[in-house]
Amino acid sequence: MAGLTLYDKLWQAHVVDEAKDGATLLYIDRHLVHEVTSPQAFEGLRLAGRKPWRAKSAIAVPDHNVPTTQRAAGIADPVSRLQVETLDRNCADFGIEEFKMNDVRQGIVHVIGPEEGLTLPGMTVVCGDSHTSTHGAFGALAFGIGTSEVEHVLATQCLVAKKSKAMRITVEGVLGQGVTAKDVALAVIGRIGTAGGTGYAVEFAGSAIRGLSLEGRMTLCNMAIEAGARAGMVAVDDKTLDYVKGRPYAPQGAQWEQAAAWWRTLHTDPDARFDAEVSLRAEDIVPQVTWGTSPEMVVTVDSRVPDPAGAPNAVKRQDWERALQYMGLAAGTPIQEIAVDKVFIGSCTNSRIEDLRAAAAVVKGRRKADGVKLAMVVPGSGLIKRQAEQEGLDRVFVDAGFEWREPGCSMCLAMNADRLEPGERCASTSNRNFEGRQGAGGRTHLVSPAMAAAAAIAGHFVDVRHF
Amino acid sequence: MTPFTRLLGLVAPMDRANVDTDAIIPKQFLKSIKRSGFGPNLFDEWRYLDVGEPGQDCSARPLNPDFVLNQPRYRGVQILLARDNFGCGSSREHAPWALQDYGFRAVIAPSFADIFYNNCFKNGLLPIVLSAETVDRLFAETFATPGYRLDIDLVQQTVTLPDGSTIGFAVDEFRKYCLLNGLDDIGLTLQKVDKIRAYEARRRAEAPWLFV
Repeated sequence: MAGLTLYDKLWQAHVVDEAKDGATLLYIDRHLVHEVTSPQAFEGLRLAGRKPWRAKSAIAVPDHNVPTTQRAAGIADPVSRLQVETLDRNCADFGIEEFKMNDVRQGIVHVIGPEEGLTLPGMTVVCGDSHTSTHGAFGALAFGIGTSEVEHVLATQCLVAKKSKAMRITVEGVLGQGVTAKDVALAVIGRIGTAGGTGYAVEFAGSAIRGLSLEGRMTLCNMAIEAGARAGMVAVDDKTLDYVKGRPYAPQGAQWEQAAAWWRTLHTDPDARFDAEVSLRAEDIVPQVTWGTSPEMVVTVDSRVPDPAGAPNAVKRQDWERALQYMGLAAGTPIQEIAVDKVFIGSCTNSRIEDLRAAAAVVKGRRKADGVKLAMVVPGSGLIKRQAEQEGLDRVFVDAGFEWREPGCSMCLAMNADRLEPGERCASTSNRNFEGRQGAGGRTHLVSPAMAAAAAIAGHFVDVRHF
Repeated sequence: MTPFTRLLGLVAPMDRANVDTDAIIPKQFLKSIKRSGFGPNLFDEWRYLDVGEPGQDCSARPLNPDFVLNQPRYRGVQILLARDNFGCGSSREHAPWALQDYGFRAVIAPSFADIFYNNCFKNGLLPIVLSAETVDRLFAETFATPGYRLDIDLVQQTVTLPDGSTIGFAVDEFRKYCLLNGLDDIGLTLQKVDKIRAYEARRRAEAPWLFV
């Protein structure tokens, strides 16, 4: 019998019951909750007279709607305010711990989970948010769910799920200077497409992945969903354990030893088989820039906007033409000649301390280009903000003409006041370049933090390797 | 949940791949704490010429005459015909809520994004995967035939075309059962309380750090 994949091991450890058709009752260890996808779930519990099965497994934080400026004044938008207040009330009513808006531990749900040690190796982690795949960086099985499933997990601590197929994406070699986990993620999506991972749980493996920090692995797993995979994951190694140890909610003492012993087994066996395998060479990956309205519409920074005439089929040709029109770009334009109006450094993809350091290293001693209306840095959590300030990163950004904001999802999806105006073009470290994602009519180019910082300085995209 | 058994419904074509949930229901409408009322904002940015905000009276907004669902021939539509990777992106269940609130009961596509596909079943909206060739044919027939209708039978797992030809589709047993009967699957899971408790007891012994 073939060995087990990491996914097999995580799945098997959480099977409560399995029906003949493969529908499995899967136990959920950690449930992360935010204000946007939970109100209807709590309302459902109330209407049915149900209580959370294990309230302590859940932790809540408002992140999508929170303002990134003048937080002491509260939330100006009454609709956003009601949603955050509803979360506060639901958490109080149902006994769920919440990091409220003015708690220093508040931040983007996918940033604070790992930061607090709420996300641990071997766990099943769910959240009503597709970027829950982020937590797979810890050797956890983590995936996004809809609101009905949020209610289901609250009520039963379980989900009814069917096992996905397993895909391994191997990246061997050493990433070049200026090439980051974000570029790996975009290169993978460029290779397999936004539906390439549909129906799969993806394990990222290989020496280049092992070489990434946990922050980098989180960036990569975060964007597994942009390749269509609900879950992305990386095997546990010493780096994982080093990251987790000492976090507020991580086990300690004898329980730490017991946990670590199990966690060290959370890797794919050498003779395990995958349903699909993809491999990339780290040396072939260069900084990436998306040009269209889907993350798979991506090219290298040293190339040009593609010509729809070269699209692989008629449906794609039409999509490319539509994307170019929306983006206000002409086929054949060199990527480095595209000027940007705004720069956004933040989001659950790229708002961790390593991301801020990489951006600050590019910015230090330089000034934002005059043509760039706004360059904003939104740390992933209050604790990251504090750490960055202790390191002086905030001064580097402010001295360069950037804005230094309070933590939250911000302009990744523009549910708060941070948004693009119609026609504005943005270099963004977030994860989705969909039409209207950062504001109706806004034009998003996805890049790494260093690339975004360089674009802010130059006023257009540049190759950060030679900047 | 509304049960789904059989539907003879008007079809509208959404002829683009990778239709994401941000397009289906833009983020500003996710601020609602309710589960209903999203229909007027379905495909908001494509459907209207102005920028939509929550709480507006949409009946007074300027419609985009080029948007497919604004064409009079698709009034009363119940079946959406779509391309690959429909519903990709965010996990927002507001997407199936909006489709259903608009009047859709089924979506047919060559492929769906996983989370969206799953969310549909929780809301009495049936996602049907058919081959790319079949979907191409349905697009051609829908464009060519005003009033084009399909007959969807969940019990038989078939889609019947106006010419009487029938195409089968796959659906998981459990999902089919819940959809046919309009069942709340929380209630079904809670029938397995003993199994959940037994799992927890075993797991608590193996991995006590998960239960602090």
